[in-house]
Amino acid sequence: MAKLNIESIRKQFPVLHQNVNGKPLIYFDNAATTQKPLSVINAIRDFYEHDNSNIHRGVHTLAERATTAFEATRKTVQQFINSKESEEIIFTKGTTDSINLVAQTFGKANLKSGDEVIISAMEHHSNIVPWQMICEEKGAILKVIPINDAGELLMDDPIAIGFEKLLSPKTKIVSVVYVSNALGTINPIKNIIEKAHAVGAKVLIDGAQAVSHLDIDVQELDCDFLVFSAHKLYGPTGVGILYGKLELLESMPPYQGGGEMIKEVTFEKTTYNDIPYKFEAGTPNIADVIAFKYAIDFVNEIGKEEIRNYENELLSYCVNRLLELNNSITNNPITFIGTSKNKISVLSFTINGMHHFDVGMMLDAKGIAVRTGHHCTQPLMKFFGIDGTIRASFAVYNTKQEIDVFVEAIERLVKFIK
Amino acid sequence: MHATSLRIKMKTTTDIQNEIIENFSLFEDDMESRLFYLMDLGKKLPVMPDEHKTEDYIVKGCQSKVWLYPEIVDGKVIFEADSNTEITKGLVYLLVQLWNNRTPDEILNTDLYFIDKIGMSRMIGSQRSNGFASMIKQMKMYAVVYKEKVKSL
Ligand SMILES: Cc1ncc(COP(=O)(O)O)c(C=O)c1O
Repeated sequence: MAKLNIESIRKQFPVLHQNVNGKPLIYFDNAATTQKPLSVINAIRDFYEHDNSNIHRGVHTLAERATTAFEATRKTVQQFINSKESEEIIFTKGTTDSINLVAQTFGKANLKSGDEVIISAMEHHSNIVPWQMICEEKGAILKVIPINDAGELLMDDPIAIGFEKLLSPKTKIVSVVYVSNALGTINPIKNIIEKAHAVGAKVLIDGAQAVSHLDIDVQELDCDFLVFSAHKLYGPTGVGILYGKLELLESMPPYQGGGEMIKEVTFEKTTYNDIPYKFEAGTPNIADVIAFKYAIDFVNEIGKEEIRNYENELLSYCVNRLLELNNSITNNPITFIGTSKNKISVLSFTINGMHHFDVGMMLDAKGIAVRTGHHCTQPLMKFFGIDGTIRASFAVYNTKQEIDVFVEAIERLVKFIK
Repeated sequence: MHATSLRIKMKTTTDIQNEIIENFSLFEDDMESRLFYLMDLGKKLPVMPDEHKTEDYIVKGCQSKVWLYPEIVDGKVIFEADSNTEITKGLVYLLVQLWNNRTPDEILNTDLYFIDKIGMSRMIGSQRSNGFASMIKQMKMYAVVYKEKVKSL
């Protein structure tokens, strides 16, 4: 394994170099949003300083530059997930926006009373609520793939109604998360996609947590839709991606009406633009889309495999140190939530006798940022019989030294409550 | 010696606030120690009977669960309190320590200067500061209600 130069990677992230509550910031909330490298920050500034203009409209030089840069990001995303055509890449506001788009267009056009949509027990609210809304409207039924205690989907369980038993010709859409934001579990989506296609269903993959860690090839996966957010991939907020297969996107009705998405407008009738523009009504988030390219370049330059290997190293180091601590204390106060072997660098746990709010605040007092609460997965928390966890999630700029500081803070806490 | 002079004089709300300020100042800017101290204070709250921990006595506007149960005894308000989180327990302890066994007027006339002096909002953040404000409001509400009751007797 090529050794990453973490020091030089950290230098690219200005936000990391500050004190919080008098202590050096330790940012372990990367599953919520990652920090942004200088190249991304500079790209936003450069755009407004030199190229600011609306896109696809003017013939003047600035409009030309802005349009070229905007479309360059589309190409970069296409290569990043290996889609066949760049028209298959649609810019949205984020994962949530992308899922709502599919539910309100593809869902609206294809669901009818009695049809079924399958999601899983570990979905983020943004992959639950849009489907509930369209199911309610259409009289369709939402089915949920159950999980086991380790936080893994039940696929072909002999007793429980796992994924395979849920599938039927009534299944029209399967929408599942690739990697769970609350648990870190990597789901067997290749298998899910194959089985769903066998009954004629289309599959949406929520890749929000997957894209910064796993190699994604939409042609190899054969998913029908893939959605993710730039801000969890070292990119800006307010930019999301919807990948859809060309023929599906072409057959789908438009989402929002307005400028950019039309071919011709008369008061009697409007004809719609071709994809991707059909789904990009109005002036988009130009600067942030342009800057997103630099985030993908950042990841590509280091290499996803290197990033993944390093993050896995951090994860096992942290798990081992916390296990050691847990075993040294009589009543083993730490419980890990989500213990699948197949995980990315997300570590969720609870501490017996201490509310997660308090833990979050105590860690913040030491400059450590973690996420506490239900992580927008209330049904999942209910399954585990808890109302939240403490979640540390690692990115490529985190270090073992930071984990040491984190574990020492947890140690003081568990010794306090003992 | 006269019998009454042996009775320990009850501290005023000003005395108590000054003590709180002094105790927190010992930790200077060490936020973690301050919060550990706050959680230690929470442990001093007398156990609150479960039958008083009902929906009616939950403080609205707190993210954590906080119960405040008031009674009036000899014209003074007695508070029982508890919370499901340790830091919040410490917060409600500060207020109970200050206002337990006071007349409604004493409660309503207290100038709460200790909160700013100990840098509360920086210590507990904005969400919990709002929750803390809700506890104060609730306790003052009870004082207003008892004051009215006493008047109408
Ligand atoms: C798995 C998953 N899906 C969806 C989302 C929603 O993403 P966004 O808020 O960027 O729309 C998140 C973000 O937390 C997530 O982790």
